[in-house]
Amino acid sequence: MSTLWLGTRKGLFALRAAAGRQSWKLAGPQFLGHIIHHVVQDPRAPRTLLMAAKTGHLGPTVFRSSDRGRTWREAAQPPAFRQAADGEEARAVERVFWLTPGHAAEPGVWYAGSSPAGLFRSEDGGERWAPVAGFNDNPMRAKWVLNGTPDGEFLHSILVDPRDPRHLYIGISIGGVFESADGGANWTPLNEGVAADFLPDPAAPFGHDPHCIAQHPASPDRLYQQNHCGIYRLDRPGQRWERIGTAMPKKIGDIGFPIVLHPADPDTAWVLPMDGRTVWPRTSIEGKPAVYRTRDAGRSWQRLDRGLPRARAWFTVLRQAMCADGRPRTGVYFGTTGGDVWASTNSGDSWRCLARHLPEIYSVTHAS
Amino acid sequence: MSCTVRIASPLHAYTAGASQVDGRGSTLAEVLGDLERRFPGIRFRMIDEQNRVRPHMRLFVNSDEARDLAAPVRGGDTVHVICALSGG
Repeated sequence: MSTLWLGTRKGLFALRAAAGRQSWKLAGPQFLGHIIHHVVQDPRAPRTLLMAAKTGHLGPTVFRSSDRGRTWREAAQPPAFRQAADGEEARAVERVFWLTPGHAAEPGVWYAGSSPAGLFRSEDGGERWAPVAGFNDNPMRAKWVLNGTPDGEFLHSILVDPRDPRHLYIGISIGGVFESADGGANWTPLNEGVAADFLPDPAAPFGHDPHCIAQHPASPDRLYQQNHCGIYRLDRPGQRWERIGTAMPKKIGDIGFPIVLHPADPDTAWVLPMDGRTVWPRTSIEGKPAVYRTRDAGRSWQRLDRGLPRARAWFTVLRQAMCADGRPRTGVYFGTTGGDVWASTNSGDSWRCLARHLPEIYSVTHAS
Repeated sequence: MSCTVRIASPLHAYTAGASQVDGRGSTLAEVLGDLERRFPGIRFRMIDEQNRVRPHMRLFVNSDEARDLAAPVRGGDTVHVICALSGG
């Protein structure tokens, strides 16, 4: 069974298919009217899911399911900043934006990222959350996040090294990529080589806008990044990101939100380019949506648009709204802000629409 | 001090569907604390971690809007929890 969990601006939906992934059935909505930013299966306990939610009126919270999404229970202590001392900036979580399961050796641990940029950790499966002081109270935080944008900056792409639970990466839009080697107590910017052409100093050590960072599960020294200013790869222990988006066709460019990695092959990744010219429409380029795939770690890219609309399709696909499954013929899936879900069950070679007319899609995640 | 609390529909998931519940406390903070004890999780959906009323929530004691959780509540008062949403 494959399940695609669809977090939308108006509730939670699911698409389910048997192992062949030919026939998909839409279920839901659950939590109709709730704003669902992220739904993530726990690979250490596959019946467990965590969901980041809020509503138009109500504050942000986390729900947990231990029966594959049939029933949900709210966290007893959702992610929240500590209370501010007199004279301190009084920060409140506006939304829980991102969820990441902890290391395999730490079965109850989860991480959450918020807007405004905050990092939180749970040690009891998502029931009680505590701020990660090493980031949230870091004396450099105010400089790193540049006071965000009017909608608030996001902390996302929380990556846990499968070889070492204390080795973490995070992304902040805007702020950059940061690395911790000690479980989040200390953080170092990791943005060398990444363009930041909107900053006064394009060579600044932080202030960048990583839209999505991915770490290959089988080759954890390999990182990819879809940034506001291009597509990058970094092979650790290297420190300098290489702009692999320069190999994209010039008329397409290398701007987008998501980047998705092949579960087994560290050289294969998919992106979904968007229009980042002039006033940043952030739609498919010239109304012709296409996924691009590299099979050589970004040295070349192949356009994949068979089955996608040929014209007049102005897709926007957000950073959490594209994923891959772990099946032999890799399934690649994305959801649009227009409420359509598209799927390929042949690594992107051809596409078909699985659902239409859903609310604005914020996240698409695969669950086994 | 005993009061009546009117609960807006977005919070009915916490009150088992009740739109009106009894409350106890001599300030708004105490009444909200009493609600939290009986309906766990309800307070954080209305009040943030800095004890500020969330942007789309409004609290009234009788007909007076209260932005300060120290606002007094007297016996027989009605506390209204109102949701103010804009947009689609």
